[in-house]
Amino acid sequence: MANVELDAEFLALPLDAVRSAVLDRARALGCEHAEARIERIRSQVVSLRDGRLETSADDLELGVGLRVVHEGSFGFAATVELDADAAAALADQAVATARATAPAVGERVELADEPSHGGAVWTSSYDLDPAGVPTAEKVALLEEWSGRLLGSPGVDHVTAYVLAVVEDKHYADLSGTVTTQRRVRVHPVVEATAVDAEAGGFETMRSLAPPAGRGWEYLLGEGWDWDGELARMPGYLAEKVHAPSVAPGAYDLVIDPTNLWLTIHESIGHATELDRAMGYEAAYAGTSFATFDKLGTLAYGSEVMNVTGDRTVDHGLATVAYDDEGVEAQSFDLIRDGVLVGYQLDRRIARLMGLGRSNGCAFADSPGHTPIQRMANVSLRPAPGDGPSTEELISSVDDGFYVVGDKSWSIDMQRYNFQFTGQRFFRIEKGKLAGQVRDLAYQSRTTEFWGAMQAVGGESTYRLGGAFNCGKGQPGQVAPVSHGCPAALFRGINVLNTREESGR
Amino acid sequence: MSAGTGRLMSADRVVDQVLEASRSDGCVVIVEEVSQAELRFANNTVTTNGTRRDRDVTVVALRETERGTAVGTASSSGAADAVDLLRRAEANAATAQPAEDAAPLVTPRSSEPGSEFADPPVMTSLAGLGSVLAGLGDAFARAAAVGTRLAGYAEHHVSTVYLGSSTGLRLRYVEPTGKLEAVARADGGARSAWAATGAEDLATVHVEELKERLDRRLSWGERKLELDAGRYEVVLPPDAVADLIVPLGDATSGREAEEGRSVFSAPGGATRVGESLSSHRFSLRSDPFAEGLECTPFLVTGASGQDVSVFDNGLPLERTDWVSDGRLARLQYHRAGATRSGVEPAAFANNLILELPGATSTLEDLLGRTERGLLLTCLWYIREVDPATLLLTGLTRDGVYLVEHGEIVGSVNNFRFNESPVDLLSKAIEAGRTERALSREWNEWLNRTAMPPLRVAEFNMSSVSPAT
Repeated sequence: MANVELDAEFLALPLDAVRSAVLDRARALGCEHAEARIERIRSQVVSLRDGRLETSADDLELGVGLRVVHEGSFGFAATVELDADAAAALADQAVATARATAPAVGERVELADEPSHGGAVWTSSYDLDPAGVPTAEKVALLEEWSGRLLGSPGVDHVTAYVLAVVEDKHYADLSGTVTTQRRVRVHPVVEATAVDAEAGGFETMRSLAPPAGRGWEYLLGEGWDWDGELARMPGYLAEKVHAPSVAPGAYDLVIDPTNLWLTIHESIGHATELDRAMGYEAAYAGTSFATFDKLGTLAYGSEVMNVTGDRTVDHGLATVAYDDEGVEAQSFDLIRDGVLVGYQLDRRIARLMGLGRSNGCAFADSPGHTPIQRMANVSLRPAPGDGPSTEELISSVDDGFYVVGDKSWSIDMQRYNFQFTGQRFFRIEKGKLAGQVRDLAYQSRTTEFWGAMQAVGGESTYRLGGAFNCGKGQPGQVAPVSHGCPAALFRGINVLNTREESGR
Repeated sequence: MSAGTGRLMSADRVVDQVLEASRSDGCVVIVEEVSQAELRFANNTVTTNGTRRDRDVTVVALRETERGTAVGTASSSGAADAVDLLRRAEANAATAQPAEDAAPLVTPRSSEPGSEFADPPVMTSLAGLGSVLAGLGDAFARAAAVGTRLAGYAEHHVSTVYLGSSTGLRLRYVEPTGKLEAVARADGGARSAWAATGAEDLATVHVEELKERLDRRLSWGERKLELDAGRYEVVLPPDAVADLIVPLGDATSGREAEEGRSVFSAPGGATRVGESLSSHRFSLRSDPFAEGLECTPFLVTGASGQDVSVFDNGLPLERTDWVSDGRLARLQYHRAGATRSGVEPAAFANNLILELPGATSTLEDLLGRTERGLLLTCLWYIREVDPATLLLTGLTRDGVYLVEHGEIVGSVNNFRFNESPVDLLSKAIEAGRTERALSREWNEWLNRTAMPPLRVAEFNMSSVSPAT
């Protein structure tokens, strides 16, 4: 796929003047480190309900943020005023904040070394800039999708929406790195609902298409089979409505990548963030059971478990060329043969823990927020070579379920105890699928769950899932991230019935 | 706080400029000025901090057609050209189908524009954090001396909103919001406690007072007990009640209920309005004039949703009882939806209050009457499991205590719960006096809450969480 050029409108902003003014002033004020980000984020939500437009919101965010390290303290300031005078004043403000907070700073801030990358530009892989597609065209496509579902028996309501984001970022720091990057991502979602008007009650079935680092072409069939998915959804919904409620107990589960990505996100992605493991998120996102003293020894899961972090995979939502501390994108091991071997890092924590270079996980979600350690694309490797297909994994289960699509999720603050539901759950009897059940949730503890992973599927089962809205930090920041994984087989996992859980 | 406009065109002039340039059949302009100061700490050191100035402008443009009114919106932060924004909104309206939520734009109650409309936005700075910054250094030192680590966050945020319309609305409102939250962790994290305060003005909030609350809770945890999963009587402090009741407020969509897809749906396209949810005479309400929880008294929205409409911008908000006398009293409707359904429109103000009229008991009183139960601190990672029952899952966090014969006897492991806030009201044994509360889970979205402490039977602790 051909990379598209940087946006002329963004480049026409006074990037050089603002960057020079803010960094020159930061240097003059004696900062050890300063990094400035001028960002423009265009986002659009188009949402239809039963084929009628409900929401169309077009947003543009533009501003400049500056973080400095001054005499061992961080200082951050941001403004929406994009001119040289305001930029210089921003440096004074950031240094004043660093000075004001210095008396309560108990750990001198130092950053891991990173070479200067000079001037660099990069764009993510996409064909059609969603900002260039007329809103009416977007509405028409979602209308047509909604119509297909509404015209199917058993479908009472349809919601369809797409969120599209185009992020242009100009970054510069005192080491001489000056980067300009563009990231494009889209998240289309369609959900059908069946209502039992007489008895009360309802069921839903949602599309499985993951959010992707792609352009509008994704909705036109590039990278996802929308026609196939929309054609199958009503049948799956009708079957779910009439499906029996699940009998709780311990079962073998074959988990599809459309569900497993989220379990990876919660139980591995967040647990291997070193700022969390060191207690820097203790008041909010939480800590991690995977503490630093266990690096190299913790049995995270079975021997077939190999997990990497990367900022490099094509169409990955966390993929970039340089992070918000000027660190070059990398790929690195987190879990090898079931053992914890690495963490996600930013420059402060890499230096603090003596780990050498940062692996490039510092990001801010907007010009108004300070960079914090954010998740790379954390992915579970498939079996090498011609590993098992999903059917082969299913065939090795006597009594269990095949879990497809994500829905409800929750995990504790140390990343042990989790509970997930899904879009559809197929009964497996003696190696064969035997229809859907309803009301299923699986609940487990991280190391028990991954320790019970007996097999991972091959390359043919590997998919990239992900989310736009991973939350962390105070003030809250959201980040997009992808997780690749194969289908995988887990033995003896606790299955709950959600109706029984509610006491009904 | 200080007043100032910086170098940007003043907000009132942005509103006037857009309305003058508008070629549409109706226009609404919203300018929200934001000023914020924040301070984060962990491991007894300040980690991140910052000050931020932001401005969001939203333009809503209407176009009359033979089949109804089409609408286009566009928003931008920063110093964007407001007329460009207007043209984008008009372009969106030009190609849009007539809107389902169309209604005549709101008109002023009096003909005179508000005298303060031309006033500048209110700004904050690190000084807006009051004594918090000054108090932290000492608190860190004293915590470190006894092997305790403090982590937390303080924020002061001031939003000044300006709303103008082609029908003559000129509204302005200043909404300051502050909070201080902290966790104290002892014994390498094995014991922890959380405390927080929400307030308009952090001058009234002191680190010392918060630390006393944390130390008191930490002392309850010195004796450690292990309990299995199961259904327990629980005592929920007001903060934890807010964790569960905010999602109940969110579930009051009129349209979803009528479509049969909510916990408040009744068979045959009806809703459960009028149905008793509790034998206690609870009132659940939002009220922009509630003392201590005052908030924007008119509707402001940059985008339509299922029960909220851009056409309703500027609509006066008033006290709305969603639950009254223990019965479901109202559901949310925008004006167009209300007309279709033959009900009154109803929208949330930026606060939520649960109250049992006449209740006077304190949390301590409730504990004193607990024969055997669990005192919770706060709940976390709350997500909907089943919308039909509003079943929520989540975790207890930073302090679960066993109460026996009215006394706290030690701290207990954490649990995952599966519970519905609708059932919470029906299973409540007693409620205390309502006071200001801060939901740990939801305070970023809703800071202004007031809740009673509750004692609740048969709370479903589905499994044990080893997390500390």
